[in-house]
Amino acid sequence: MTLYDILFYLFAVITIASAFVVVTTKNVIYSGFSLLLTFFGVAGIYVLLGADFLAIVQIMVYVGGILILILFGVMLTNKITDVDIRTGTIHLLPAAVGVGILFGALISVMVWTDWKSEPVELPVTTTYTIGRELLTNYVLIFVLLGLLLLVVLIGAASIARRDKE
Amino acid sequence: MAQVGLTHFLVVSSILFSLGIYGIITRKNAVMVLMGIELILNSANINFVAFSKFGNLGINGQIVALFVIILAAAEAAVALAIVLNIYKTYTKVNVDEIDHLKD
Repeated sequence: MTLYDILFYLFAVITIASAFVVVTTKNVIYSGFSLLLTFFGVAGIYVLLGADFLAIVQIMVYVGGILILILFGVMLTNKITDVDIRTGTIHLLPAAVGVGILFGALISVMVWTDWKSEPVELPVTTTYTIGRELLTNYVLIFVLLGLLLLVVLIGAASIARRDKE
Repeated sequence: MAQVGLTHFLVVSSILFSLGIYGIITRKNAVMVLMGIELILNSANINFVAFSKFGNLGINGQIVALFVIILAAAEAAVALAIVLNIYKTYTKVNVDEIDHLKD
């Protein structure tokens, strides 16, 4: 068992255990903070797969952006004076059965399919390659995504502050 | 506990996907449903990056994963704005109680 394997199992256990806490705990705040650990575990898995730039983007965008946004959503939609910020659950048993069947199907497909699995040679630091690709082959998508982010910024602000009329 | 290969990463992403689906189905709070969606997007991203390393995708898999992260950020912003608006209108965010469209 090499260091790589040990690190993989460490990150996999962190990711899955904290994701389990996210979907099972009653307290919304606990879920939010477990989501932090899940994102860090996924970033570690990216590093193990040789995607260093993507791991940094994952930490900056998810942990620094989306998680803060979600925590603000929790704070703004629950009365602060309410001590227990709890969330109810519905359809527990049917959901568990259905998800179990789905999970079995997914796992059997993943394990028994004969994937082509030889590690290809990726560049050691992917930032240079990703930057070149973004400004040559993917330049249209790159620009359109910039436009989309602008529209989303304006749209989200105008949806959230519609209280004038 | 064999040598870590493509299958290990795919299994991790399947577990994450199933947990996300479970969260979306069982949670009442709209913010919690959003967290389930984030879990599912992360599991899809793990698949993209894993196939970028082990399959024929090369660097393209990582670039698609980058685009997925950007779209997830956009989706979270708009969804949070909608949730805040719902809270302002109904003073509750439980998705099973917001059913006025039925009447």
